[in-house]
Amino acid sequence: MQITINLFATLRNNRFDSDQRQYPCGITIRSILNDLSIPENEAAIIFVNGRHAGPDTALLEKDTVSIFPPIGGG
Amino acid sequence: MDQLREYLKAHAVDDLIGRAVLDEASRRFSHSPHAVEEAALKAGLLPARYQRNRKTLSIGQQLALFQARVAVIGCGGLGGYVIEGLARLGVGTIVAADPDQFEEHNLNRQILCTLETLGYPKTAAAANRVRQINPAITLIPLREALNDECGAKILRGSNAVVDALDSNVARIELAKLCSENSLPLVHGAIAGWYGQIAVQLPGQQTVLNLLQRCKEKAGIEKEIGNPAFAPAVVASLQTAEVCKIITHQNKTLSGRIIFIDLLDMRFQEMQIE
Repeated sequence: MQITINLFATLRNNRFDSDQRQYPCGITIRSILNDLSIPENEAAIIFVNGRHAGPDTALLEKDTVSIFPPIGGG
Repeated sequence: MDQLREYLKAHAVDDLIGRAVLDEASRRFSHSPHAVEEAALKAGLLPARYQRNRKTLSIGQQLALFQARVAVIGCGGLGGYVIEGLARLGVGTIVAADPDQFEEHNLNRQILCTLETLGYPKTAAAANRVRQINPAITLIPLREALNDECGAKILRGSNAVVDALDSNVARIELAKLCSENSLPLVHGAIAGWYGQIAVQLPGQQTVLNLLQRCKEKAGIEKEIGNPAFAPAVVASLQTAEVCKIITHQNKTLSGRIIFIDLLDMRFQEMQIE
């Protein structure tokens, strides 16, 4: 199935801003993080189709995953 | 107070009242500048310093801001600009909490950090700055870090709480405290070109949920630092949210988070629960 992945801020470094990839049905976000070599603690805030999600969330055809790194400064 | 009100009304020009009249009223009636400014607003008179707020904020909303208490937790990059904004907006009581003093590496972005304030407590610099802007505003400096013991005491009575912290571990504690004490929280965080802002209203746990997987104190700012522009942007957005919370405008950011990317110059909005 086709999944759109949007990466933000420093997660784009040596990867991409946005990409469409093929994955097996029901794949979890955790598997996609592994595929992209993103450690879980660097994927601090995750959304699927604009709604808050987590590494355990299983995906459906044509889902859009947006991944943000932790931002902690003040 | 009746005499004070009559004096202010007699010396107003239309419904505007100048700083010299407010100062003279304070001396003549032995009331604090804070009490005099509040009396003016209660009498339907607008201190002239706020005349450019007109049409955006009514005198009633200006009074609500003046009678409000806002706790700003952290007086660094975000907190400095938030305190500056709240003081100019006319928030009557600002609680400013931070355990630190200014160091040279704060000079690149923290508005309260100047050559004169290096080595001084951040909260003392905040109190001085607010006094220079408007002596009618009460700034309560608390040179301490927020923790379980003193947290509820620091936040008690606040109409809004501003997260201007520099640690996601502390942010989670603050979001818990605000949730437990039914206090509106305006979250902000920055790193490099990037920032984020969200609002957690009483009865919600949105910021708590949002940060639940941020287990470490620092985020990507430990790699990419914090230049001058991100704190000013995010702090201004936080100040606007505080203004809307206090003046009861049902248009807050509640239910959404905005991610700010100043490199691509894009604002990204997502739903949070």
